[in-house]
Amino acid sequence: MADILLYRPHFVAFIILFLLGMYIMVVSLNLVKKLIGMYIMQTSIILFFITLAVKKGSTIPILLPSVTALTPEAYANPLPHVLMLTAIVVGVSTLGVSLAMVIALYREYNTLEEDQILEKMK
Amino acid sequence: MIRPHDSVIVHTLARVFTPIIQLFALYVLIHGHDSPGGGFQAGTLFAASVILPILAFGIQDSQVVLERRAIIFGAIGILLYAGIGLLPLILGGEFLNYGKLPIPGMEASARRHWGILGIEIGVTMAVAATAVSIFYSLSERGEGE
Amino acid sequence: MTLFDDYLLLILAVVMALGAVYVRDLFSGVLTLAAYSFFLAVLWAGLGAVDVAFTEAVVGAGLSTVFFLVALFHTSHQEKVRKPVPVRITALASLGILGFLLLFGSVDLPVVGDPESLPNKHVSANYIRNSLEDTDTPNMVTAVLADYRGFDTLGETAVIFTAGVACWMLLRRRDDSAS
Repeated sequence: MADILLYRPHFVAFIILFLLGMYIMVVSLNLVKKLIGMYIMQTSIILFFITLAVKKGSTIPILLPSVTALTPEAYANPLPHVLMLTAIVVGVSTLGVSLAMVIALYREYNTLEEDQILEKMK
Repeated sequence: MIRPHDSVIVHTLARVFTPIIQLFALYVLIHGHDSPGGGFQAGTLFAASVILPILAFGIQDSQVVLERRAIIFGAIGILLYAGIGLLPLILGGEFLNYGKLPIPGMEASARRHWGILGIEIGVTMAVAATAVSIFYSLSERGEGE
Repeated sequence: MTLFDDYLLLILAVVMALGAVYVRDLFSGVLTLAAYSFFLAVLWAGLGAVDVAFTEAVVGAGLSTVFFLVALFHTSHQEKVRKPVPVRITALASLGILGFLLLFGSVDLPVVGDPESLPNKHVSANYIRNSLEDTDTPNMVTAVLADYRGFDTLGETAVIFTAGVACWMLLRRRDDSAS
């Protein structure tokens, strides 16, 4: 178990960030704080996938004009990069719609705290 | 409501930087083939070049022109993407197989090169239009404000 | 990038994330979140994911911060002070169990940087070998994004467009529906 901390610190950081984001989304009573937690969760998952795509001693997945031999060990894995590009942009779209809902709730009830909104709804 | 900023430094810098950001966005879009870049980054940079003058000069002037029409460019962008994908399907190939696009005098790999550039332009338009449209929606006045 | 750089950036990113959720003024929290995003972008550029780092710096740290700040400008930006800080014991306990299970399972994950690990074989090795002669594009990420996996990108563009339309429909003024 100690070698996780020494040689794979990315996985430990991913677990900490993922659980932090999830905890803030569940516990916090301010709506914008919940969205901050959601954003932290999304970026932690992107960190996890990028960690899976790293190869030791490899370069970025862009070919120079002078290259002749295409060995897969010399380039980082491009497939998780592509999936994570989609994930980032979809995450920002979700954030935009969630902020629109928060503003609509604020216009109706004039507060951003969840317990005050629930009280005013009764 | 976003009011105009009252410092002349902000006004001058916004005037200087907006065309520079647009030129950089066009550069990132076209050089997505050879260097890191592509449609999503270029679209967001275009949106930044629209949002910067709004923050410097106030939202009133641009709201009349852009507010309801910004999302139309998004629709045009996604139609461009789907159209470039449908054209090979009509002409006998598969959906989104750019090797069968009807461009004369090129082999299949060069046709794919231009097909990729075409759909990146579509993605850029969609992302830029959506970012500007969400910005306008979020900064709209409520009733009685 | 050496392991020491990875350690430094990961510790900085985790500290920024903890700071973003701890502060009570939401403007400061959002700007600390932007700093967290930039640290992650530097880390990914060091790990070889330059396209993802560029997109995170522009879209993640740039655009989402702008959206947050505009939304906070039109609502309130002070979180309410609660005298006993609310802590849910069941949430802490179940997330602790989940964390232990994830840590336990990560022993079986491949070592970071192994070129023979399973995600690096099969399909993506074929993409690296064939992308230049199939698509004439030196940037392999653009070739995979726009040609090999073009259908996913079409769906993603549709998602972005739908988000723009949804925001407009949620927040339009009432007199818009008459025009």
